[in-house]
Amino acid sequence: MANISKINRRAEKEKQQAAKNRREIVAAGLSRRDMIKMGLLTSAGLLVPMSGLSVRARTSAGRFYDSGSGSGPSSPPTRPFVQPFTRMTVKQPSAVLNPAPTAIPNAAAGEGRTITHQAFNQFAPTRFYEVEQRLANISTHPDLPVQPLWGFDGLVPGPLYVERYGRPVLVRNHNNLPANNGGFGKNFVTTHLHNGHTPAESDGNPCDYFTPGQFYDQHYPNVLAGVNSTHQATGGDIQESMSTLWYHDHMHDFTSQNVYKGLAGMYLLFNDFDTGDETTGFHLPSFGDGVSDDSNFDVPMLFSDHLYDSQTGLLAFDTFNFDGVLGDRFLVNGKVQPVMHVHPRRYRFRWLDAGPSRFYQFFLTDTTNLNQRIKFHQISTDGNLLERPVEVESVRISVAERADVIIDFSKYAGKTLYIENRLEQEDGRGPTGKVLPAGQGNLILKIVVDLPPIADNSVDPATITRFYGLPDKTATPRITRTFNFDRSNGLWTINGRSMDPECQEVRLRISKNSVEHWIVNNSSGGWQHPAHIHFEEFQFLSINGAPPPSTGLVLNGRKDVIRLEHNMQTKTFFRFRDFVGRYPFHCHNVVHEDHAMMLIWEIVDGQGDNITNP
Amino acid sequence: MYRTTFAGLLGVVFLFGVTVVSNGQAVQWEQKQVKTPRERLAERSFPNVTLTTHKGKKVKFYDDLLKDKIVLINFMYVRCDGKCPGTTANLVKVQKLLGDRVGKDIFIYSITLKPEEDTPKVLAEYAKAYKVGPGWQFLTGHPKDIELLRQKLGFIDRDPVRDADKSNHIGMLRWGNEPHTLWAGCPALLPPAKIVKEIGLVDWPASDEGALRKDARGGDR
Repeated sequence: MANISKINRRAEKEKQQAAKNRREIVAAGLSRRDMIKMGLLTSAGLLVPMSGLSVRARTSAGRFYDSGSGSGPSSPPTRPFVQPFTRMTVKQPSAVLNPAPTAIPNAAAGEGRTITHQAFNQFAPTRFYEVEQRLANISTHPDLPVQPLWGFDGLVPGPLYVERYGRPVLVRNHNNLPANNGGFGKNFVTTHLHNGHTPAESDGNPCDYFTPGQFYDQHYPNVLAGVNSTHQATGGDIQESMSTLWYHDHMHDFTSQNVYKGLAGMYLLFNDFDTGDETTGFHLPSFGDGVSDDSNFDVPMLFSDHLYDSQTGLLAFDTFNFDGVLGDRFLVNGKVQPVMHVHPRRYRFRWLDAGPSRFYQFFLTDTTNLNQRIKFHQISTDGNLLERPVEVESVRISVAERADVIIDFSKYAGKTLYIENRLEQEDGRGPTGKVLPAGQGNLILKIVVDLPPIADNSVDPATITRFYGLPDKTATPRITRTFNFDRSNGLWTINGRSMDPECQEVRLRISKNSVEHWIVNNSSGGWQHPAHIHFEEFQFLSINGAPPPSTGLVLNGRKDVIRLEHNMQTKTFFRFRDFVGRYPFHCHNVVHEDHAMMLIWEIVDGQGDNITNP
Repeated sequence: MYRTTFAGLLGVVFLFGVTVVSNGQAVQWEQKQVKTPRERLAERSFPNVTLTTHKGKKVKFYDDLLKDKIVLINFMYVRCDGKCPGTTANLVKVQKLLGDRVGKDIFIYSITLKPEEDTPKVLAEYAKAYKVGPGWQFLTGHPKDIELLRQKLGFIDRDPVRDADKSNHIGMLRWGNEPHTLWAGCPALLPPAKIVKEIGLVDWPASDEGALRKDARGGDR
């Protein structure tokens, strides 16, 4: 503890020095050119992250956005790696829902849905769940007070849905949130299943929210894209399979606060190839019972960063920061810096960046040998299996992106490894791009390879030559549209415009079962945007004018988030099909999203429009 | 349960320590928790600086302008060189739609970004020109205090060059319900009726889906 307080004192002193330096720069009236010349400012307008100028130059402390005063608070000290890693609770179905679900919204019984299920009869649900959003008093670290969070079923993260293609489900959401928000958060909710091929009325549109006391039935057909269009004979296109999805609140204007407060969880989809059983299909590590050390080798991990109030120890949200909020405490599955014990065998980890605004680049670090470059295999991007596993030594993900990886711990028996984030990020606008040296990033999860040897029937990912093929992307588009992510007059915008808060302004209409090319650009060198489109996956046609590199198979994969880095220009291939209705396209830095960096588009049965700059 | 009264909410203080935490840290935190999240938010984000209204009255930012109220806040300046895109005119329409609640439980504040130029007299003439009604105050003050408010309320740009251009801070309207710690924002140039519905999201719980938000959901969908 003494060591921690010493570090904190040093951090505090550095902050004060940084604040003083910045005040002097301001007082000196230096021009931007002067500052660049003096090496104080990068051409992108960022203060150079040298010690004594940037408050985060040497520490990784988050803070309330102070725009130069450098006096923002840090979380109270928490001892690293003193609590166990926890697996998510597997959601159990209900035998019966009362009242029985109906295609037409059951307003009389208190359902908040306003649109009839469009595929309720075609994909009649055979499995039913009931979940409630409610207040939950949860410990995220033993050195902090119990936190009044909001969780699905009172859990943070929410329960894990384990589903299979071909088995339609219906989830009844009950909003049982209190009026008192404990500092931030809005008790209206709408649950989005992120990258589900879900009919619009069940997608969790930001305006389809429901209020305390109401419920909302969400119908998840769990079908492959193409099921009603290009691949009817095969029940959809197997090449469009998804495996790692997540769900989170999408309340318009309040998504960042509500997700930060705990309203997020994960959703897995298995099929006849990605089976969850390592003795069948692709032979990926088994999911087993989902909970026990000796059976579950397929482990979803939801990463988030928190800032706790230095005086009360309670989770704090910087309500008046519109760039994006960073925390200085790093959580996996709702626990600050936990410890996981593993067997010396292969594991599948499913990594999700649940935001609100931080980007990560995960490495495996052995702190006793920092020069060691530990390799592992990435098998998916945004929940979609790649053409084949790719050997990597790090994975970068921005908010809402996912990466499934296979790590072989048999080579590290008896050792301790850490999942370390080495991507430098100083504020909510995005990472600087600098990758910190090993051991100088954020150690997030401690992995101790001290469980006894155990059978491993999964295959070495290096020997897997093929998962699925990739869908064809040579079809001629009906239209090519351009979307510029920008900022003007203090607002986050897409093509210079803001979100219509009532979701009634449809910026583009798309013909059902048509192909489009979308050019999605970041107009700035000052910030980055994880641009997320609901409902359909895309494939890159080009990034900054060049086709995605053939060696980096990850960028060839199907995705649902375009990680728009500084000044990046992308061209993407989309095929919109199967269902109709309205969906959003938005920045998944959820603070940007809440400040209107979103638009609504619609798939229509008739002819789509010809708007090239929606 | 849902219709928690306003007075009841003010009386709520979070209690911890009921849950047993293994090393006894929770007990320590219980003793420390003398402040509510509402009080901490005010300490962090609402400096209680003295401002002057366009009527020449001295007011405290938190005590007089925010406490116990629903508020709309924007930044502006009078001599905008044609850059300000009619925000004030739009908010005049919002004020009309909000009717007699403005000045009663809803208040509008426009804080000048150029306190050196925008004296109370200048602001009074501006307010008069726009036919601004009661319950809406234009505010000026010491430049240092104005700058502190701008920083704390987040009307800023991390790029120092963009930040220095004051027209980059006029596009956003912040609104919130102080006692309920409910804060959000929207573009200041949204159609006035949409702004009114937005503000409905921070209305008193008893009014949820009430006056300010009727027809807000569903629409033509």
